[in-house]
Amino acid sequence: MKRIITATVQNRSGVLNRVTGMMVKRQFNIESISVGPSETEGISKMTFVVEVSDDQKLEQLTKQLNKQIDVLKVTDITDKAIVARELALIKVGSSSQNRAEIQGVITPFRASVIDVSKDSLIIQVTGNPEKIDALIDLLRPYGIKELTRTGVTAFQRGRQPENVQEMNALIF
Amino acid sequence: MKVEAKPKELAVEKKTTTGADVFIRSLVDADVDTVFGYPGGAVLPIYDALYRANAPFQHILCRHEQGLIHAAEGYARVTGKPGVVIATSGPGATNLITGITDAMMDSLPVVIFTGQVGTGVIGTDAFQEADIIGITTPITKYNYQVTDLKQLPRIVKEAFHIASTGRPGPVVVDIPKNISQEITVDEFDTAFHLPGYQPTVKPNPLQIRKLADALSRSERPLLLAGAGVLFADAAKELKVFAEKYQLPVTTTLLGLGSFPGTNELSLGMAGMHGTYTANMAIYECDLLINIGARFDDRLTGAIKHFAPNAKVAHIDIDPAEIGKNIKTKIPVVGDAKEALKQLLDVNAKITNHDEWLQSLNSKKEDYPLWYDRSEELISPQWLIEQVYEVSNGEAIVTTDVGQHQMWAAQFYKFDSPDKWVTSGGLGTMGFGFPAAIGAQLGRPDELVVSIVGDGGFQMTLQELSVIKERNLPVKVIIINNEALGMVRQWQEKFYEERYSESLLTENPDFIKLAESYGVKGVRVDKEENVPRVLEDVFSYDGPVVVDCRVVKRECVFPMVAPGAGNHEMIGVTK
Ligand SMILES: Cc1ncc(C[n+]2csc(CCOP(=O)(O)OP(=O)(O)O)c2C)c(N)n1
Ligand SMILES: [Mg+2]
Repeated sequence: MKRIITATVQNRSGVLNRVTGMMVKRQFNIESISVGPSETEGISKMTFVVEVSDDQKLEQLTKQLNKQIDVLKVTDITDKAIVARELALIKVGSSSQNRAEIQGVITPFRASVIDVSKDSLIIQVTGNPEKIDALIDLLRPYGIKELTRTGVTAFQRGRQPENVQEMNALIF
Repeated sequence: MKVEAKPKELAVEKKTTTGADVFIRSLVDADVDTVFGYPGGAVLPIYDALYRANAPFQHILCRHEQGLIHAAEGYARVTGKPGVVIATSGPGATNLITGITDAMMDSLPVVIFTGQVGTGVIGTDAFQEADIIGITTPITKYNYQVTDLKQLPRIVKEAFHIASTGRPGPVVVDIPKNISQEITVDEFDTAFHLPGYQPTVKPNPLQIRKLADALSRSERPLLLAGAGVLFADAAKELKVFAEKYQLPVTTTLLGLGSFPGTNELSLGMAGMHGTYTANMAIYECDLLINIGARFDDRLTGAIKHFAPNAKVAHIDIDPAEIGKNIKTKIPVVGDAKEALKQLLDVNAKITNHDEWLQSLNSKKEDYPLWYDRSEELISPQWLIEQVYEVSNGEAIVTTDVGQHQMWAAQFYKFDSPDKWVTSGGLGTMGFGFPAAIGAQLGRPDELVVSIVGDGGFQMTLQELSVIKERNLPVKVIIINNEALGMVRQWQEKFYEERYSESLLTENPDFIKLAESYGVKGVRVDKEENVPRVLEDVFSYDGPVVVDCRVVKRECVFPMVAPGAGNHEMIGVTK
């Protein structure tokens, strides 16, 4: 099962290495990691998307993360009401003939073209991972020359409604 | 001019204080009494400061960095205080890796200081540069590279704190050469705050209640005691608790001594080479209370057969150990001593489970540990029994890894805590002898016996220099079976006697070897001579190496074969 786990960590040197090293050593399957500063100086926030086989493994993962000296707080937010976002840059082959057509494909995704050259376009898209997957699928026929994704970063919403499952179904 | 040193004042003039002086002072402030170290380029400033400081701790120069770290582990194991190691950068540091891993696996508090090339050249593959932070990240509880001298005293203090609190473990502090050379007059702030590291010591009373309730309803309860009991200094509480509720007790390999081996309620060690009674007790119990053990696979055997009828309760200071290998009904996060005290305060109903105790007692009688006693030659198991007898069961025993280790665990009945020093989790050959050096330095007035194999002793025997130099009265008992015995045993049982590279036909003459180091050497090869030789050796005031020629074909029994359950032991009877 796929889980989104966030960790606030002290920004000491080597903390990312320690955390990811632990996950690799203990055979946790990391799909993506994103790291960056938080609202507090000296504290960073990590967001992991992981694939775990069962609840026992999941519990191990959160415990092993918590055990790290620099980790302040670990939260499995998968079952919370959350906003999750990822950014992707996609370079597709394109000529003047199909530029407008591609524009038509990406508009519903609220993606934008941020670079144009004779034979390619760079598209920037932000959203939940599934939306990005969908756009990539649609762009594939034009020839994807380069692709990079930031990995998911996520937050709990300000308000936590009773039934969050449905809401999150949109994310995964 | 030399300043008169007051206690804890170092002979260093203020205006020439270097980072290395600051470092030495930090060790003194941490109450260090023994440092295991080996010099080299990157730590030359530190060794110079040491020379000038007249520091109130002893420095032990082992002859290989692996010796340093195992000695520090042995010291930590018997004193409860962190062992301290200093090594130079590059090869000095990488020579420590096996021991750091060993300390991590067996939760030993060790603080390791490594030299490093100057900060200006880190990352350029400079001479004797090794990425020791990268290398030790997975094998340390924590590690630091000092990049600012101002932080050094705080880091040293933090390192000792992290190594020795919660679940103990090794901490590495990497000190670049320019940091230890830097001249300073600064005062330092050593206050630290580790918001992400707050080990839970006091268990949740609700969980203790649940455990007490389960105990009052159990018909076949069993205690499993691990090294966590020893780290928490809780052997006394464990005994009171077990006796109050009449609970049979088994221990892990590393938990030996946490409960008196000769106590009526003791079932002996459990696991791969544990007693039949202990393993069957685990199989049959309906409540298994694990105190400070981590359900290692050598203890559990095949998980699907482990304690199949039991509700499992697990007391551990490390929450990540609870539920890691074995499904746990009653998790209790906390220190073993605190948990046992609370359990004793709760006053659960005392139930009568005489029938259970009787069934275990008859198993103990019907299926004791056994061996073939040879007439003339020395049976290794019998030899350990003799060591036990002649030392009145009071020695500190360190072992190496292999058959002799298992025989020592089986036949030396540890009645008191912190007298058993062995490499459990990593199973590190070469551990036993240097660990004995650390143990002897930590407890100078005790008899320290190092039981080693002829194979493993050859991995770290250069430390004979140290016992000679310091006149440490360590007694090395080589269980000489002219084989990598444990490997030979597995080849005999599981590889149809194809003894591939496991027979040591060209061992050195251990007597001459010892003598070349200036250490007394004795050989014994007949049963009848053993008691007298051991008496002489144990009463000799100085180090001795005893080359004991034992029956070569002996195997360690009983045994849980790989992949089998604990109830399927082989070699239970003759
Ligand atoms: C460093 C290391 N290398 C290899 C092994 C594998 N191993 C485990 S026991 C053993 C044999 C040990 O022989 P010896 O020291 O003579 O002890 P014995 O089993 O004969 O008592 C070996 C090779 C190990 N545990 N550690
Ligand atoms: Mg041997």
